[in-house]
Amino acid sequence: MNAVLAPGVQIVLAGIFGTLVLATASVRVVRFRLAPSLATDLALRIRTWWIMCAVFVSALLIGRNASLVFLAVASFLALREYLSIVPLRPTDRTAVGVAYVAILAQYGLIEFGRHDLVPIVVPVFALFALPIALLRGGETEAFLQRLATISWGVLAFVYGFGYLAVLLATGDLFDAGAGGAGWMLYLVVSAQASDVVQYAAGKAVGRRPIAPRISPKKTWEGLIAGLVAATALAWLLGPWLTPLVGWRAALGGLVIGLAGFLGGLTMSAIKRDLGLKDSGTLLPGHGGMLDRIDSLYLSAPALYLLLCVLA
Amino acid sequence: MIDALRVLAFVVIVRPLVCGVLGLNRQGREWLPERGPAVVVANHNSHLDTLVVMCLFRLARLCDVRPVGARDYFTKSRWLEWLATRLLGVIPLERSCRPSGGDPLAACDRALADGQVLIVFPEGTRGEPEKIAPFRPGVAHLARRHPEVPFVPVWLEGCGKAMPRGSRIPIPFVCDVRIGEPTRWTGDRDAFIAELERRVLALRRHRSLRPRL
Repeated sequence: MNAVLAPGVQIVLAGIFGTLVLATASVRVVRFRLAPSLATDLALRIRTWWIMCAVFVSALLIGRNASLVFLAVASFLALREYLSIVPLRPTDRTAVGVAYVAILAQYGLIEFGRHDLVPIVVPVFALFALPIALLRGGETEAFLQRLATISWGVLAFVYGFGYLAVLLATGDLFDAGAGGAGWMLYLVVSAQASDVVQYAAGKAVGRRPIAPRISPKKTWEGLIAGLVAATALAWLLGPWLTPLVGWRAALGGLVIGLAGFLGGLTMSAIKRDLGLKDSGTLLPGHGGMLDRIDSLYLSAPALYLLLCVLA
Repeated sequence: MIDALRVLAFVVIVRPLVCGVLGLNRQGREWLPERGPAVVVANHNSHLDTLVVMCLFRLARLCDVRPVGARDYFTKSRWLEWLATRLLGVIPLERSCRPSGGDPLAACDRALADGQVLIVFPEGTRGEPEKIAPFRPGVAHLARRHPEVPFVPVWLEGCGKAMPRGSRIPIPFVCDVRIGEPTRWTGDRDAFIAELERRVLALRRHRSLRPRL
């Protein structure tokens, strides 16, 4: 891939920073009319957005390898956060170590151009290596829970999230003028916009909770606004970043929005199960890594599947 | 020279290991003493505990932070002894009481008089992973001699999973570090030990405990 990004990608990157400037400015302006806690929370959230966007865009600008490293590190941080909050036993240490090896396998395959093996290697690795590592501990009590807990982490944060890297690396496979960076931006911008609109619309006009027992903050109003935003944005961005135009671009956005919502709801249920509010403190204002990428680990493989079907 | 080496070791090895591979979840940093004399009192499950607490301090203060460790453990080999007492600046402590051997706390007294920060693990041993043992009375003798020095309670959780006793390779786990409000010598040995224990355990209950299987 060229180090120089396609014009469409450059314009969208400029748009991202324009949005951040706008968000920072508007929070400064309305700050005194908001409740102090909300104003602090918003300012902190936006500051963290700046840092995340800066890292993400730098990785894209440096090139394909930097982007792959960025995604592998994100996978690692998410998996580490997850494995640190779930209930495990001291004897599960080896299995946890083995789970991290899956990250090397997933991103290594992509780095060395064997995308064809990505769908099979991590699942088979997890099916074989995790039970072997757990069996070595020799404890059968809660064996199924521990096996399922670690396996789901690998499935979601290495395999599922790893499809972002597949999109990045196989951009040319789907004949995108803007290359893999275009696909990645299309996905990440739609998913995060959907998330932000869901949060904002839910706070402003949200009344009917979708699943009050799982997450009282997720409302029908927020979801619909988020899906409309994702669909509209994807329809707009599609022709700039990808070969998708018209209804195909819009459908991509809808799939991304729905998968992101489901991912967030799943994460809420897990956190509620564990009795935690946030999964960590890595991203001030947002919570942990998992609170931010919960909209990506399902939408990345879902978008990839959609592309395979549409192609 | 050795101070520079220690800072170098923290920049190149320890901090990347603790903050990058393991990851820290810090709470209550405002209670951490900016400068000594002070005593940090923590629970102990792993060799990583010492490194994690040392990483809480700024690099410029690093050479005034002195962990206190059992002499019999690291005098097993000369290499280990150099690593602990020279590179990390550990103050060796005699675990077994020998009446003729002089004052076992003399080095700690000197360090506090020099305005340094001590790190002590009053459980006396790393024990079972993620379990706390009763505090030993040694820390109370230190407090009685220095009634003006703050004793800062710290609860560590996760290091025992990352590298429990008996393991050599650390596995990445996020470690929780919770720092609490300092206390001072209360005038009574048992009451002081109980108070320290209470403060460290209170930090453990500060947030809902991670569920266990």
